[in-house]
Amino acid sequence: MNTFTIGGVHPEPNKLTADKKIETLALPKQAVFPLSQHIGAPAVPCVQKGDTVRVGTRIAEPGGFMSASIHSSVSGKVARIDTIVDASGLRKPAIFIDVEGDEWEPSIDNSDKLVLQNNLSREEIIDRIKNAGVVGLGGACFPTHVKLSPPKDCVIDTLIINAVECEPYLTADHRLMLEHPDEIIVGVKIIQKVLGIDRAVIGIEANKPDAIELMQSKMSMVSGIEVMPLKMKYPQGGEKQLIEAVTGRQVPPPPALPANVGCVVQNVGTVFAIYEAVLKNKPLIERIVTVTGKNVKNPCNLKVRLGTPVSQLLEYAGGMPEDTGKLISGGPMMGRPLMDDTAPVVKGTSGILLIPESDAARREERNCIRCAKCVQACPMGLEPYLLATASEQSDWECAEENWIMSCIECGCCQSTCPSRRPLLDWVRLAKNRVGGIIRARNAKN
Amino acid sequence: MAFILTAVLVLGLIGLVLGLVLYAVSRKFKVEEDPRVGQITELLPSANCGGCGFPGCAAFAAACVKAESMDGLKCSACKSEVMQQIAAIAGHAIEVGVEKVAVVRCSGSCQNRPDLRIYDGAKSCAAAALMNGGATGCFYGCLGCGDCVKACKFDAISMDPDTGLPVVDQDKCTACGACVKACPRFIIELRNKNKMDRRVYVSCVNKDKGPVARKACDVACIGCGKCVKACPFEAITLENNLAYIDFEKCRLCRKCVDECPQHSISAVNFPPKKEPKPQAEEPAAVQNTESTENK
Repeated sequence: MNTFTIGGVHPEPNKLTADKKIETLALPKQAVFPLSQHIGAPAVPCVQKGDTVRVGTRIAEPGGFMSASIHSSVSGKVARIDTIVDASGLRKPAIFIDVEGDEWEPSIDNSDKLVLQNNLSREEIIDRIKNAGVVGLGGACFPTHVKLSPPKDCVIDTLIINAVECEPYLTADHRLMLEHPDEIIVGVKIIQKVLGIDRAVIGIEANKPDAIELMQSKMSMVSGIEVMPLKMKYPQGGEKQLIEAVTGRQVPPPPALPANVGCVVQNVGTVFAIYEAVLKNKPLIERIVTVTGKNVKNPCNLKVRLGTPVSQLLEYAGGMPEDTGKLISGGPMMGRPLMDDTAPVVKGTSGILLIPESDAARREERNCIRCAKCVQACPMGLEPYLLATASEQSDWECAEENWIMSCIECGCCQSTCPSRRPLLDWVRLAKNRVGGIIRARNAKN
Repeated sequence: MAFILTAVLVLGLIGLVLGLVLYAVSRKFKVEEDPRVGQITELLPSANCGGCGFPGCAAFAAACVKAESMDGLKCSACKSEVMQQIAAIAGHAIEVGVEKVAVVRCSGSCQNRPDLRIYDGAKSCAAAALMNGGATGCFYGCLGCGDCVKACKFDAISMDPDTGLPVVDQDKCTACGACVKACPRFIIELRNKNKMDRRVYVSCVNKDKGPVARKACDVACIGCGKCVKACPFEAITLENNLAYIDFEKCRLCRKCVDECPQHSISAVNFPPKKEPKPQAEEPAAVQNTESTENK
C-alpha cells in the first residue's frame, strides 16, 4: 500500500463514531453566518435587517476573486448584522437570522433522488459551483471554483479525491462515503468533466475497510475512477502528502501549486457538495459534523445546517461533560479551540471535539534538547525547532530562508516533542508575520 | 645550532616581508572615517533599539553627520540635552522637543477582568493574539504574556505579578517606542511626560459597546461620553465607543477623572486630592453630546 515518504506520525485513531449513522439535527432558533468562512476576502452581505429569506437564499456575495458566496440555511427574518466570536476566537461580522418555518427556494431540488443527467457545459458547471458558494470542506475552505480553474499553463492529468480523513476522531467523510457513494461518484464525474480528464483516484486510508470495499464494488459500474487504499499515516490528508502517496510526485515549495505537478485534489465532502450544487441546484447550506470525545455520552455524526450554534450539537450529543477541558472545532491535531459553545457551525467545521480536563492541559515546557524528533516527524521536510526558535527571537528573515511558508500546520512536530515545546504556536506566529512581509514586498514591486 | 639560526632568519624574513605588505596595503586602502561619527556613537546609548529607524546606533551616528539638518533624525532614547550635543557635533541646529513616556492603557487586572479560559500556548502576546481573544472576555486589552517587557532594551517595563499588567518605570523609559510596536493589541502609547510626570489618560482600549465592555471588565470604558462633556478644553473625543484624551490639549484639570462612572480614566503622579468641593457649575458644554449620551 502507498503512503507519503517524508515524516509523519501515528496518532491514536479514536474513531468512536465510525459506525454511527448520520443523523439530521433539528433547525436552530437563530442561525448565525460569519462573513469570512473561507480563505480570501470576506463576503459582502446582500440582505438587510428585516429582510425575509428562504432556505438557499443568497445572503452574502463574494468580496473578491478569492472569495465565496454565503447562503441562508434557514428560512426566516434577518435579525441583525453584527459581530460574533467565531471559531477563530476573534470577533467577526456575521448575519443573524431568526428562524421561522422551513421554506425552501423553489429552484432547489430537496429530494433524495439521485440525479445522473448532466448536460451542462464546463462553464455552466463552474458557474453553478461558484454561485452555490462551495468551498473545500476538508478544513482549509479554499473556494472550489478557483481550484477548478487551474492556471492555463498547467496540464492536469489526475483528479485525486481526498477521502483519507487522517485526523483522529473525525468520521464525517467516512460516513458520507458509506451513505452516499453514488452521489460521490456522480460528483467525481462532474469534476472530471470540468477538468477535461478521465483519470480520478479516490484515496482512502486502510482503517476504513468498509468504505474501501463499498467504493470498489461501485467501481465495477463506472470507468475512469480508481479506489486506492493507503497505508495509515498522519497527515496523509494534507494535499501535498496525498499527491505524493497517490502519484509519487512531489509538489515544489510555494508559490507552486498542486496543479504544477498535474494534480487537482478535492475532499470527498466537497465532491458531494459539488454534486448537490450542480445537479440539485442546492447551495452549500449544510454539512456533516462529527461530535465526539472520550467522555461524550452520545458521540454522533450529524447533518447540520450551517449557522447552528455548537451548543445545540452538544445538547444532541448528551450535553457537555462536567470535566471538559477543551472544546475544539475540528480534530485534535489541526483543530482550533473554541472560546465557548455559542460559536456557529461554519463551512469548515468538520467536527466538534471535547477533550477531558486531564488530557487538555499542556504539560510544563522544557528546553529543546536537539533530539530532532520534530525534524523526523515533519512531513514537509522542515526543521521545526529552528523555525520556532527564529520565531521566538522575531528573526523573520531566518524563518523565511528556512521555508516557513511551506509549513502546513499539521502539528506533527508539537505532538512528538519530548520537551513539550509549543513549536506549532511559534511557527504559526512566524508564518503569519513572514506572510505579511511577503505580501507587503509583493505589493511594493 | 646552525639550523636554529636558519629557522629564525627565515621566519624573521617572512615576517618582515609580510609586515611590509600589510603596511603598504593599509596605507593604500585606508578608510577615512569622520571622527565625528565616533564621537556621536559614544554619546548614544548603544542599545541598538532601532527606535530611530536605523539599523543601530552607529548607523544613526553616520546618518547624523551625513544629513544636511537634523530633521527627522531623533534618537528616541536620548534626553534632549544629549540630542543637542549630538547636533552640535554634527554641526546642525536643533529644536528642543517634548519628552515622552510609554503609557500602558489597560487596567484589566486579575480582579477587574477575571480569566474565563486558560491560555497555555506559547508565552507570547503575538502568538496569543493570533490564536484567539486571550484568556479574558476582553478582546482589546492586555494579554499579559510580556512581549513589551521582552522588547524593552532599557529594562523599563516589568510585569506586575499582582495585576498581571505591565508597569513602565518612567525614569528608565526613553520613549523609544519598541514596546508600542511589540504590543499586538496596541495598548501602549507614547504620551507627553508633562510637568512632574503628571498624566491623565483613558486606561482602556476596548471598542465594544457599553454593555459588552462592562461585562468583560469592571473598569472598561463604556463610551458614555460623560468625560467628553466634562472636559473644558475639548481634549476628549469619543470614537467607536471609546474615549481618548488628546495629550496636546489636555491641561490636567482632572474633571474627567471624577466624572467617569467606570473609573477607567487614570491620573498619575498627582498629590492626594483634598475634600471634593461641592460644585454645581456647568463646564463649557461641548455640542453634539446627545447622541453619545444615549449610547
